[in-house]
Amino acid sequence: MTRVTVLYFASLRDAAGVASEVVDSSEGDLRALYETLRARHGFALPVDRLRVAVDGAFARWDDVLRPGIEVAFIPPVSGG
Amino acid sequence: MARFSLSDTPVDTATLRANLLDDRVGAYASFEGWVRNHNQGRPVTGLRYEAYLALAESEGGRILEQTCALHDILDAHCVHRIGDLAIGELAVWVGVTAAHRDAAFAACRFIIDEVKLHVPIWKHEHYAEGDAGWLHPRRE
Repeated sequence: MTRVTVLYFASLRDAAGVASEVVDSSEGDLRALYETLRARHGFALPVDRLRVAVDGAFARWDDVLRPGIEVAFIPPVSGG
Repeated sequence: MARFSLSDTPVDTATLRANLLDDRVGAYASFEGWVRNHNQGRPVTGLRYEAYLALAESEGGRILEQTCALHDILDAHCVHRIGDLAIGELAVWVGVTAAHRDAAFAACRFIIDEVKLHVPIWKHEHYAEGDAGWLHPRRE
């Protein structure tokens, strides 16, 4: 198991009920992690409408999970 | 001052503008985005902007640096509000200085378009009917 911290924003935070959580994951990459958490929390947004960041920088969905990283799921942005 | 910043208090555009002006400047272009009272046919009473602060600042900074590298301008700044905003408040400000107007206009437009596309900021709209919702626009 890999222990990571996950950050949620906007509609994802509302659906999860928390702004962040620590997750022990057996998933291999960020895409699989999102799919697992999407099922758990009922996120409406599919993975192809999100971006993902690790430790404050944009990352790729096939990046592998590493212990202690901070993962942020980025729903479609609406600033401006 | 960082070229891109987030502010949780109202923005003083006169100061931002004054900070950009110097003797080399022949053209100054700015953009102000304001909170309007409707969206997609629904009356809006106010909104809240939330950001992923660390990534928003780095991504906004990257856009501003890219703009300075791509356009023949002297300087550029952008400030985006976060937190609760009322109708009529300034949501985002962009200011660009250049020797000539073409570059100033083009860079100003580039910055606001890129910020809207890429910076992790989300708008939570409050509607007159009493409900509220996050905007997650589709971009094909």
